[in-house]
Amino acid sequence: MSFLRSRETQLILAIGALIAVVAWRFPAFVAPGNLVNVLNDTSPLILLAIGQTVVILTRCIDLSVAANLALTGMTAAIINVAMPDLPVPLIVAGSVVMGAALGAINGILVWKLTIPPIVVTLGTLTIFRGLVFVISDGQWINAHEMTDAFSALPRAQVLGLPLLSWFAIAGVVVFAAIVRYTPLGRAFYAVGGNPSAAVYAGINPGRTQFLAFVLSGAAAGLTGYLWVARYQVAYVDIARGFELDVVAACVIGGISIAGGAGTILGALLGALFLGIVKNALPVVGISPFWQLAISGAAIVIAVIANGRAQRRAGRQILKREAPQGGSLRPEPAT
Amino acid sequence: MSDMTTGAETRIIPDRLQSRFQRALGSWEVLLIAVAVAVFTFNALASPFFLNAWNLSDATFNFTEKAMIAFAMALLIIAGEIDLSVASIIALASTAMGAAVQMGFDTPALVFIGLATGLLCGAFNGLLVTGLGLPSIVVTIGTLSLFRGIAFMVLGDEAYGGYPSSFFWFGQGYVWWVITVEMVIFAICGVAFWILLHFTGFGRAVFAIGNNPTAALFSGIRVARVKFTLFLLTGLMSGLAAVCLTSRLASTRPSIAVGWELEIVTMVVLGGVSILGGSGSIPGVALAAIIMGMVTFGLGLLNVPGIVMSIFVGLLLIAVIAIPRLITMTKAKLS
Amino acid sequence: MSSLEQKMAAHASSLQPELDAEPDASQPVLSKPVLSLRGIEKRFPGVKALCGVDLDLYPGEVTALIGENGAGKSTIVKVLTGIYTPDAGTLSMHDEPLQVTSAQDAVKAGIAAIHQETVLFDELSVAENVFIGHAPRNRLGAIDHAAMRREAASILKRIGADIDPSVRLADLGIASRHLVAIARALSAQASVVVLDEPTASLSAHEIEEVYALVERLKAEGKAILFISHKFDEVFRIADRWTVFRDGELVGSGKISAVTEDDLVRLMVGRDVGQVFPTRTVKPGEEVLEVQNYTHPTEFSGISFTLRKAEILGFYGLVGAGRSEVMQALFGVTKPSDGAVLLDGNPKAIRSPADAINAGIVYVPEDRGRQGAVLGLPIVDNVALPSLQTLSHRGFVQMAEEYALAQTYTRRLDLRAAALDQDIGELSGGNQQKVVIAKWLATKPRVIILDEPTKGIDIGSKAAVHDFMAELAAEGLAVIMVSSEIPEVLGMSDRVIVMREGLIAAELSGDDLTPERLVREAAGYGEAA
Repeated sequence: MSFLRSRETQLILAIGALIAVVAWRFPAFVAPGNLVNVLNDTSPLILLAIGQTVVILTRCIDLSVAANLALTGMTAAIINVAMPDLPVPLIVAGSVVMGAALGAINGILVWKLTIPPIVVTLGTLTIFRGLVFVISDGQWINAHEMTDAFSALPRAQVLGLPLLSWFAIAGVVVFAAIVRYTPLGRAFYAVGGNPSAAVYAGINPGRTQFLAFVLSGAAAGLTGYLWVARYQVAYVDIARGFELDVVAACVIGGISIAGGAGTILGALLGALFLGIVKNALPVVGISPFWQLAISGAAIVIAVIANGRAQRRAGRQILKREAPQGGSLRPEPAT
Repeated sequence: MSDMTTGAETRIIPDRLQSRFQRALGSWEVLLIAVAVAVFTFNALASPFFLNAWNLSDATFNFTEKAMIAFAMALLIIAGEIDLSVASIIALASTAMGAAVQMGFDTPALVFIGLATGLLCGAFNGLLVTGLGLPSIVVTIGTLSLFRGIAFMVLGDEAYGGYPSSFFWFGQGYVWWVITVEMVIFAICGVAFWILLHFTGFGRAVFAIGNNPTAALFSGIRVARVKFTLFLLTGLMSGLAAVCLTSRLASTRPSIAVGWELEIVTMVVLGGVSILGGSGSIPGVALAAIIMGMVTFGLGLLNVPGIVMSIFVGLLLIAVIAIPRLITMTKAKLS
Repeated sequence: MSSLEQKMAAHASSLQPELDAEPDASQPVLSKPVLSLRGIEKRFPGVKALCGVDLDLYPGEVTALIGENGAGKSTIVKVLTGIYTPDAGTLSMHDEPLQVTSAQDAVKAGIAAIHQETVLFDELSVAENVFIGHAPRNRLGAIDHAAMRREAASILKRIGADIDPSVRLADLGIASRHLVAIARALSAQASVVVLDEPTASLSAHEIEEVYALVERLKAEGKAILFISHKFDEVFRIADRWTVFRDGELVGSGKISAVTEDDLVRLMVGRDVGQVFPTRTVKPGEEVLEVQNYTHPTEFSGISFTLRKAEILGFYGLVGAGRSEVMQALFGVTKPSDGAVLLDGNPKAIRSPADAINAGIVYVPEDRGRQGAVLGLPIVDNVALPSLQTLSHRGFVQMAEEYALAQTYTRRLDLRAAALDQDIGELSGGNQQKVVIAKWLATKPRVIILDEPTKGIDIGSKAAVHDFMAELAAEGLAVIMVSSEIPEVLGMSDRVIVMREGLIAAELSGDDLTPERLVREAAGYGEAA
């Protein structure tokens, strides 16, 4: 019964229903090739959503992920143009490190200066985005300037899937493992669920939040390279506003904004839900301009559903045997 | 214990520790005035075009519309809530007005439709937050997508135009010499919100709720009602901003005012409003709006693009919160 | 008044011989204490929470720690678990000196505590709650969930708890959560287990499970500190007793050598230093009548009347439902049944605003959270519930606001630098004066004071007591919720005792004795 009540099951059913409805009218949508496309299209969102999940688990929020993605992606492109001989794996590793470092800036401000995460990441959002302009001088870096190796990597096919999708799958596996099998992963839940009790259990909440931001930053950095290489273009406005899609995926995936509740699987499903909606709209002949309103409505519905699930009963003072209504004792004489 | 009314025991407590003037001297607003003067001086020295009445008048468009919303947002943040959907409300209200133009409505009706759309959006947010007890940050991230999404559903990549010429008065008109209509609206809103927040019982309730919602409830304040009203006000001001902006641009696109929500929140926080709620002032927000507008304008004159300016705004946002904390932390370590 | 002094004096003298006699001196010492505390002192600004207390815990024995609220029981628990560091005194374990300055130190030393409010994590599984912070790892260093579930299952089985270790904690009831907390304490291989009122919110059946568990822990040779208000359970499971009063140790010994009456007297007996104001004005006509007030989960069938110039005391154990009744009267929560009559007229109270308009005000127990708005100035705090009357067309009349604040803070003899000072900068006693002032400024008919002197210094306490008497003398009807027996006896005309959400007794005149209060509140009166 609890299986049916879980957010993940509900989402799987919703996604299944969505695919079924689309496939009923447009069987081409469920052709394996198209489903691979949908997964590949959704991969950046998946990577950012799993990073955002660990941050939200610790009662924080990271609005700077899209700007981090743009800054790291632009840096990767510039380095590729400047040093075409640099091996691409090194660029990939460098992007992860750079993203993590940008995340660490957020984390340190939240941990050491206890500035509210929303303010910190609102600030770094604008700073990172501005820095993209500064390092690129506002110029675009186009396909012909990038090396073939640089832009080929995300498209390389392995076992019928592009590497971009494999990165997303690997990201999900790694994050799920961190969350489930490391003390840090469990600390994310402890800190978000009950910070004062976490202290009693010997966990440092600030440090845990810091590490969550580092992980989220690393995911954003990796996605930065993948994004730029896949679309073969880097410019100031790439992925602008994408942070809201990321938060939306998490909320739809059942990650509680109050912290301490939610799973990596949920975030994956939330991202897939948005990705499928986005890819299905043109197929069923609905204008893609409807996508924003649909994801907005999905967020609002998900928030309402989460709110209902989280409502708890108050404490019980009366013993169950006690009569409801009516005085046990004779009325006091007055 | 001795009788508490005997003379020796009773002390007269002064009303105020410092005079209002002394208190004001050490305030955040004074610091903002100093910053504004510095920015003004720097700009005047750096560019010969800065000290020109018409240029300065044009520069105010950088902040007047955002500031209208920022005033209402300040109250909302002081009360411990937030509305990230304001820019999307502009888009939806503008779309509603554009659609009304196509149906042949004239200026008064357009303004009414713009304001009413804002009010309805605010009511929707307020209902979800106060009625269902949901966190405002996620609710309004949702309605951010929803409201703008509806604008996109209606317009796609089209645009509405053909506004009647009398409608342009709001965003393009001048009241006298270089004084624009928007400046006057900005000033009136500023004064109205200043009075509302700092001199009325409603304003007191806002501060009390932001500091301690439970104690406010226990003190007989109707917390949900006050918060709902604040969402209504924020929606209404977004509708007003939509009227001004649409009038100024003379057209409606669904991407109108994209990203404004973050600039408005920055304006409010820079103006000294605590993001955790409970404190802040309207003069501070007005000063922050003017500073942000002048910095944008000044850098623009120096051919520095707006996006670089945003780096300073981002740094400023973090610094204004970080520096006081760093000072108290070093003080604590030294003692 | 004088009769109260006699009662108190009688207790004090009757206690003396017992205190002098070393209760177990005649018996051979069977075991040495595992953990010994000597001369522990802990001070907080304005309050001395512990003044040089000693405590010994023996292997395989349960020591019951008894005392009123504020006697220092929770402070000693926090000292034992490393949350507080004592200002003076020593801890030793097996005769070795022991330093406990953090929660981790306590765990390392083998001291485990189950707190009143179980501090656990809803979204984690039972097994994870048991092992968080020291989860078993496999060869790769990853958390070994299978091993963790296995070990958790074996610990749960050991304590006789039938709980699936893979279930999410949020899906468990209160009693099961308690058992999980206990399992957590045991997972750390503790030799000392502190149980802080473990049966406070459990049903009879669940309580039996806890007793059985304590027996098992005893059999395993653990030294157990059992904090309780309930005498029946103390006599049922404890081997030794220790009584604290006002942060001091007033006695300890073997449970077999003591009676319930002795413990009651030790617990409530007090130096006759505390003087309560003389009350001369007799209660007048009936002001408030509460009929059959009932809440689905918190209280049931609450009926009472309150008269002009009367102080009605509400006594009971923590969690008996007193504050819940008062908050329902004040419109914070909604009762499912019942009526409130003011001067014989029914009043619909759906919110605190309604209550204030009707003339009923409530000074809450939790000053920092419910009473004062700490970030606002004194004057704003005083004016907050009176904003409607202070406003003219919505504008707050600042001159009137300051005048009002002046009037009431002067009446309460507030000590502050200025009225625009933030209330958070004041001492606890002065904060309480501001909170009372803010309610008096609404000119109420009925004032409800919930634990009005909790956590404030002796001087401010006396001032609050004097003031309460003065208010009653002026004709105000006063309800005082208090867990301090001397305060209840010294201030009230009449006392209602609540137990488990019901009215257990109404006491006045000669019935109003410390023993009756304690017995009615603990449910031991009916058995006698």
